[in-house]
Amino acid sequence: MANYFTDNRDLQFILNNLDLEKAVALKENDYKYAEQYDTAPTDLSDALDNYKRVLENIGEICGENIEERSRTVDREGPHFEDGVVTYHPLTVKNLEDLRKADVMGIMLPHKYGGINFPVTVYAMITEMVSRADASLQNLIGLQDIADTICEFGNEEQKDKYLPLFAAGIVDGSMDLTEPDSGSDLQSVRLRAYQDEEGNWFLNGNKRFITNGCAKVHLVLARSEEGSSDGRGLSMFICEACPELVVRRIEDKLGIHGVATCELQYNDVPAQLCGLRRRGLTKYVMSLMNGARMAISAQAIGIAEAAYREARKYAEERKQFKLEIDKLPAVYDMLSKMKIKLHAARTLLYIASRSVDLRNGYTHLVEHGNPTAEDRKQMKYYVRLAALLTPMCKALATEVSNEVAYDSIQIHGGTGFMRDFNVERYYRDARITNIYEGTTQLQVVAAIGGVMQRVGETLYDELKAVEVTGPLARLKEKVAELHEQQKIAVKFVADKKDPAYHDLMAGKLVAMETNILVGYTLINDAMKDTDRAVIAEQYVNNAVSEFEKNFKIVTSDDYTIIDNHRAVIDY
Amino acid sequence: MSYSILVFVKQVPDTQNISGEAMKADGTVNRAALPAIFNPEDLNALELALELKDRFDAKVTVVTMGPPTAAEVLRDALYRGADKAVLLTDRSFAGADTLATSFALSCCVNKIGNYDLLLCGRQAIDGDTAQVGPQLAEKLKLPQIAYVEDVIDLSFDKVTAKRAIDGGYEVLECKLPALMTVMDANTPRPQAARRIMKFKRAKTPSELSKAHANADYTDAELLAEELAVLEEKGLLINEWTANEVGADLERVGLKGSPTKVKKIESVVLTASESKMVEATESGIGSLIQELIEDHTLG
Repeated sequence: MANYFTDNRDLQFILNNLDLEKAVALKENDYKYAEQYDTAPTDLSDALDNYKRVLENIGEICGENIEERSRTVDREGPHFEDGVVTYHPLTVKNLEDLRKADVMGIMLPHKYGGINFPVTVYAMITEMVSRADASLQNLIGLQDIADTICEFGNEEQKDKYLPLFAAGIVDGSMDLTEPDSGSDLQSVRLRAYQDEEGNWFLNGNKRFITNGCAKVHLVLARSEEGSSDGRGLSMFICEACPELVVRRIEDKLGIHGVATCELQYNDVPAQLCGLRRRGLTKYVMSLMNGARMAISAQAIGIAEAAYREARKYAEERKQFKLEIDKLPAVYDMLSKMKIKLHAARTLLYIASRSVDLRNGYTHLVEHGNPTAEDRKQMKYYVRLAALLTPMCKALATEVSNEVAYDSIQIHGGTGFMRDFNVERYYRDARITNIYEGTTQLQVVAAIGGVMQRVGETLYDELKAVEVTGPLARLKEKVAELHEQQKIAVKFVADKKDPAYHDLMAGKLVAMETNILVGYTLINDAMKDTDRAVIAEQYVNNAVSEFEKNFKIVTSDDYTIIDNHRAVIDY
Repeated sequence: MSYSILVFVKQVPDTQNISGEAMKADGTVNRAALPAIFNPEDLNALELALELKDRFDAKVTVVTMGPPTAAEVLRDALYRGADKAVLLTDRSFAGADTLATSFALSCCVNKIGNYDLLLCGRQAIDGDTAQVGPQLAEKLKLPQIAYVEDVIDLSFDKVTAKRAIDGGYEVLECKLPALMTVMDANTPRPQAARRIMKFKRAKTPSELSKAHANADYTDAELLAEELAVLEEKGLLINEWTANEVGADLERVGLKGSPTKVKKIESVVLTASESKMVEATESGIGSLIQELIEDHTLG
């Protein structure tokens, strides 16, 4: 029996060792929900036991049911005819399995029929689903829409939509991108206007809308006539209706199982969600940050699948009279893939924990009786999550591509054939570092926090954890990088040159990642000594990567700024 | 009107995933080497019951006979959607063959009473007899349909079911109450998260007293109180002994079992010669021809 939770030692280690005490207490209102709901946990160990049981159950569904359907789903995909999208029957079965397993409202509160799990566990479920079928994650991951309505919608909207989402009766889509507004969402043009009675209507086009055939849509639209920037945008809820037309679905490189739609809004009736003018600046940013966690988990799920295929193949394939995983060139690749996978997963769950704490404290401050300390904590985790989320997406999605690439390489010619799964992983991974903000945009989102040293408190905490033996020496190495990073940041800050700053941002973010992941992997190795070799390998690789980046960042090299035009135009 | 459906399930050693020696030296099953699982076709029977519940409104009670640890399959059934669970457990039930098992179950059914439909998996993967379902129907003097794939209709006092027969299927109509044995013809639904979180607390009375004993604390009054709380919350798994279901002790367990194991042979399959078949039309064609000739096919 394939079970994607019980066969994954790293994932189980993280669930058992990540400190979720405060995050879960906040989510469960200090376990007071247990008095009202028989599904709510009574304490931390009860909650962790729930998470484990549900993860095991979903792990089995992913390993047993979803995986075996994934190849056909990829080959055949959804069907589009006369404006109607029909999902593949196996995709429908997958959704039915997950609906019956009660995981359509993973993070929604108990009162709406959700299971009120933290983002961390949601990410674990996302990871397993993606390992089985990455395209299915795009449908399951749209739970973020319900969470956005939960956070910003009014009571009437919440009462109407959230139970339907939790029961899997409606699905969602987030309609942001337009033909001329991709990375730059401030330029969105879809028009929202009111009739004399104050009813809202939407008019215009959207493009590349994942599951644009959904029953409930969250739409970013220009509500303020004459405005041209992000402050003229508001968020709306609308439902599938004859005025909302799916014009076509895209023929894509990967994630074939999900329909990516072009939408035309012909005066579609809509409701305002939240406050006017806050659409992009607050709500969509929140929605996107949630989605970025989900995409990071999707990327790691794909990488996990690709790594396992490579490992299995290298174990069985014989060349030169021995299994190829005994060849240095191959075992080096496999080890590097594994280390990258561990690093990305480690960062994902540090980030998800900070998001859980941010959400918990924010909820407490907005709806409870917060102390001054709670407010302080909220501010801290808002900033930390804003740094770690893009940092994590940048790392996880690039790692996913690298691992999928190497997995094909290990398969040799076989991997190039469609008979094996790895070519699908390679195609599916390719979108992860593009949608919900490209890696380049993640760098833009993360660099502010790097320059302002938002992570220092966390790094100092991690640094202070006592480790012994060889791990202590390893930690000194990371501490040295940590000091160098401060020098590199100061170097760039002192130049006060926007072009140089932007050019070096990607490297500074990568260097920051080395420090955070390095410290964490070393501390984790104290809890499970089998992980010491992973920590050591990661730090060794990180040191050389860091030093190279450090040299470039502090080089004061302006040649590409000065000469790029001449180079490109030659 | 709500139908009452009883589903009979069994916890069995997982003969599909054998780790270590499956048989002991004395020829009995080495249960320690085999994980205990929900008998697969009993899951199909449960699924059919739950589908009927979705379609026609029904109350699904799941019953198992086994050692106290068999409560695990009952909780599993609750996670998937069963309403009520009964564990039939007694030392005197041990060593039962199909006759003694079906007798004990029939006593249990009589105690439950008020039923419309009894569902069993076609057979269990440990014994593979496919006898308990039919024998239970005989003991209760109920009409039965074996090898059921699906229920086409359930209406007031009759059930219309599709059953597998050699080379196809037939559709039968049958008066209620009736018993059906169910084939591997549906996909059992997964456990549901909210039900897991609720029913993981479901306990049998002996599990509850065991928890007390482990806590080195036994207080009869407190125990009774806790039992009452479990019952009120719908978390009590009924646990009945032979006496409680009024079973004649001479007719249950080893005593009530005329089946005698004369000899058990541990057959070790050694690898015989293998044969490669070309993955071409002609390769497959000649294999099919060969299988028809030795009457494996057709």
